[in-house]
Amino acid sequence: MNIPTGWQVDIGLEIHAQLSTEAKIFSGASTTFGNAPNSQACAIDLGMPGVLPKVNAAAYEKAVRFGLGVSGTINRESRFDRKNYFYPDLPKGYQITQMDLPIVVGGHVTISNEDGTQKVIHITRAHLEEDAGKSIHDFKPTQTGVDLNRAGTPLLEIVSEPDLKNASEAVAYAKAIHHLLTYLDVCDGNMAEGSLRFDANISVRRVDAEALGVRSEIKNLNSFRFLEQAIHYEIERQIDTLSAGGVLAQDTRLFDPEKLETRAMRSKETATDYRYFPEPDLLPVKIDESFIDRIKASMPELSGTRASRFETSLGLPTADAQLLAGDRSLGDYFEQLATLSGQPRLAANWVKGDILSRLREQDLNISECPVSPEAMAELLGLTVENVVSGKTAKAVFAALWEGDAISASTYVKEHGLEQVSDTSAIEPLVTELLREHPKQADDLKAGKSKLMGFFVGKVMQATSGTANPQQVNEILRAKLGL
Amino acid sequence: MPTQIDEKTLSQMSTLAALPVEPSQEQQTLAALNEVLDLVAMLESVDVDGVLPLAHPLERYQQLSADAVTEHVDREALSRNAPDFEAGLYFVPKVIE
Amino acid sequence: MNLRSATIAELRAHLDQRKLSAVELTDYYFERIDRHEPTINAYVTQLRETARSAAVKADKIIAAGQATALTGIPIAEKDLFCIEGTKTTSGSKMLADFEAPYTATVSEKLANAGAVTLGKTNMDEFAMGSSNESSYFGPVKNPWDTSRVPGGSSGGSAAAVAAGLCVASTGTDTGGSIRQPAALCGLTGLKPTYGRVSRWGMIAFASSLDQAGPMTRSAKDAAIMLEHMAGFDPRDSTCLTEAVPRYSQHLDQPIKGLRIGVCEAFFETALDATVATQIREALSILESLGATLIDVSLPHMTASLGAYYVIAPAECSANLARFDGIRYGYRCEDPQNLQDLYTRSRGEGFGQEVKKRILVGTFALSAGYYDAFYGRAQKVRRLIKQDFVEAFSQVDVIAGPTTPTPAFGLGEKAKNSVDMYLQDVFTIAASLAGVPAMSIPAGLVSGLPIGLQLIGNYLDEATLLNVAHQFQQTTDWHTLTAPEAP
Repeated sequence: MNIPTGWQVDIGLEIHAQLSTEAKIFSGASTTFGNAPNSQACAIDLGMPGVLPKVNAAAYEKAVRFGLGVSGTINRESRFDRKNYFYPDLPKGYQITQMDLPIVVGGHVTISNEDGTQKVIHITRAHLEEDAGKSIHDFKPTQTGVDLNRAGTPLLEIVSEPDLKNASEAVAYAKAIHHLLTYLDVCDGNMAEGSLRFDANISVRRVDAEALGVRSEIKNLNSFRFLEQAIHYEIERQIDTLSAGGVLAQDTRLFDPEKLETRAMRSKETATDYRYFPEPDLLPVKIDESFIDRIKASMPELSGTRASRFETSLGLPTADAQLLAGDRSLGDYFEQLATLSGQPRLAANWVKGDILSRLREQDLNISECPVSPEAMAELLGLTVENVVSGKTAKAVFAALWEGDAISASTYVKEHGLEQVSDTSAIEPLVTELLREHPKQADDLKAGKSKLMGFFVGKVMQATSGTANPQQVNEILRAKLGL
Repeated sequence: MPTQIDEKTLSQMSTLAALPVEPSQEQQTLAALNEVLDLVAMLESVDVDGVLPLAHPLERYQQLSADAVTEHVDREALSRNAPDFEAGLYFVPKVIE
Repeated sequence: MNLRSATIAELRAHLDQRKLSAVELTDYYFERIDRHEPTINAYVTQLRETARSAAVKADKIIAAGQATALTGIPIAEKDLFCIEGTKTTSGSKMLADFEAPYTATVSEKLANAGAVTLGKTNMDEFAMGSSNESSYFGPVKNPWDTSRVPGGSSGGSAAAVAAGLCVASTGTDTGGSIRQPAALCGLTGLKPTYGRVSRWGMIAFASSLDQAGPMTRSAKDAAIMLEHMAGFDPRDSTCLTEAVPRYSQHLDQPIKGLRIGVCEAFFETALDATVATQIREALSILESLGATLIDVSLPHMTASLGAYYVIAPAECSANLARFDGIRYGYRCEDPQNLQDLYTRSRGEGFGQEVKKRILVGTFALSAGYYDAFYGRAQKVRRLIKQDFVEAFSQVDVIAGPTTPTPAFGLGEKAKNSVDMYLQDVFTIAASLAGVPAMSIPAGLVSGLPIGLQLIGNYLDEATLLNVAHQFQQTTDWHTLTAPEAP
């Protein structure tokens, strides 16, 4: 969608990421998704009288990982606050969150726009809080059921500056955060299970206006597509209203994915005096340097850094480096293969080519790749040493993939696929061919170099592909005196 | 003149706290609340310039706990006090979002 | 031995010498409960069956020669400590039928130590009150004069001990809720350092102030009880990790040379003249024991009431938001919609005092008022803490009155809540600072007990108990028993 001339759009995202911990943030109940309702809501999650919260260390560690990942500031002292409002999915009548002293302040990520340009998006803050339960509306006609299994699941709320100027930037940013969260093992990134949800703050203004316009907050968007559609609708709605001389009210809205429109919410977020105050059941959290050093040491190399390393020290083309570094396990696989084989470029070609396409075909993850980097390295070794031709290598790879081969070298041996590099075997063939095709031989000699392929092809055919084409090439040149 | 709560503020507080104030009780409630505010007005005479708030008497730090599942939920026992519980769910009148 | 006035220490000797069994002792108290409870109303729930089986078990342990300090000792617990499978009401209609699915750490520790819990005691609703008149289960009467209040909020716990319906009890203190009823009922009551005792399973009033402690017939009993109540609990993030001293082993130390601070401000405001005279007398007894009285100033103490009536309501407004009629507790009949469910359940389930404090707290935290109320109160709280830190650099203990007056009449202050709030004018500062404080019997005024308050430095309960015990070695106010009702 193009933004109409004369208008500009400002979008800020609040991303709620469920942290991939075993236990909840303030209790020892399990965070497993999809269990029977209320079967993993313990007394603390239910807000029973007299119970008290504790703080899960892993939630803190993951928040710090994210903070370091976006080059944010880690608050050495952070604190929890209570945010007060009534809602059936909020058992205590308040949510424990971080208001004044969040764990992460500032930070940024870089997104790539469709035109290839890059843009830095600033992160205001990221704070820890607890997720709410779920309301089940369709179980009974006049009643809503409450399932509190999700209550207390750790969330990191990542708040961006209103740096995003259109829907595609917003989606690119959301994807960049999704990528980072999963790359750093902070969040499992499972959108279908609600592990990542977006609230979009959208406002429009005339291009010459300095102040931001009146914003609407679209709550609880749970896919990139809905995020994009909701933003499109909202921009149009706001511009239409203003163009028609109307006035916008700051409001909280829900997106209807069937009608592709947003509507103002009637409940929960309308009374907005949350009366935040410091959570008296918890003490401030102090993070010392050793905690941060420990997290730093356990952090994987970030994909950007890894991509430039692949480019500069392994000599990969930019696109390959970015592709391979973009996914942590894929990068790990490639790097292992590159190290074992000592052939980074060849390894890159195999991973991004045959391996990725096979994985895609069978909808597999790189961690499920049936051919280990060790087995691949052996195969690469055979091609480098000219034991097999490129074509044979692909066949061996297929055999390895299908489980028909124990190892590349045994398979090659068993099937007699070694490349013929013995000149005594190839020379007579070449001599014979030159005799059979005098015209072509003369043309080649005269400089029609394309005909080199003709003769090499004939030799390969005659040897069922086991001849080393480079060697055939050399013999031809020698015989013709080229 | 200490801060006083008026009818409008009382109505807001009543909404925020989900506590009804019957019209017949309004003046009585206002008087009772304002009596407390009169008492609290003594805070105004204290010089608090440059004083940091104290949220908690223990000026100590939180101990973080290990990420381990330690609670094994007995849904039966935990829901025994629920006024409307069925099929594992707590029921409330229909919620309109 | 006179069981009516016996202490834990005396009962221990009796049980160990097999002069009576734990079952007999339990029966003795239930007989007294049968006789006096209709007048006193100290208990919300009596636990006859579980008490009997605990007593049977205690007798086996005693017979095996494995008894410890509390084995077979009959106690009562304030009805805000959750005990699994037992009704825990917090004095409210809201929780009139609530059966706790877990046990408070304090109750668990006492049960593990072999104490026999006779029942759950009446209290001001959600511990908000100083007279026990806000209880949904009716007011508790002061055993010394049944036309008077026992104090609150731990009024049932105080009356139960004072009327001889148990030997010791647990209470909780947020602004004076252990010390004030202890004073008004002639008991020894100790509010430990904030965090000394776990709050897990204790229904909250104001989280940064609430602290559980013992209510007993002597300082020695308080020491024994506290030893078994205190200690680190990973389920309470605000619980202190320091090891618990053997308080009962430090009682006999002479207090010669001990510096006792006296803050004149305690004698200026609101204090009844006859109470003042008695307290001065108590101070001179401490002096005669070799302690030195030193003037200290707590310049911000006068503002403590103001800070307290912002901070405690603010915290309670959030703590009591969980009572929404959904997962447990009172639910209104036939709610029309969600809002109706909330407001009617809460409106009908909470009593007047609780609703008032929730509204005050909601106001103190609301946009536009936060800084002037909650923010300012927190700053005053720091100044109050600093006053104590400063004072304890000069003295070991601060002594003064616990309450301005002896027990007042039922209904006397019910009309004017601020008058009631003034009951806690001397006790609140220690709660805000989080320092330990106790009340010990210091005489009778018109036949009614009054309390001497001792305030100690952080985690220095041992010195408080030591001073209290030494005082009780030369006085017998604590050994007096309330007259038996006809």
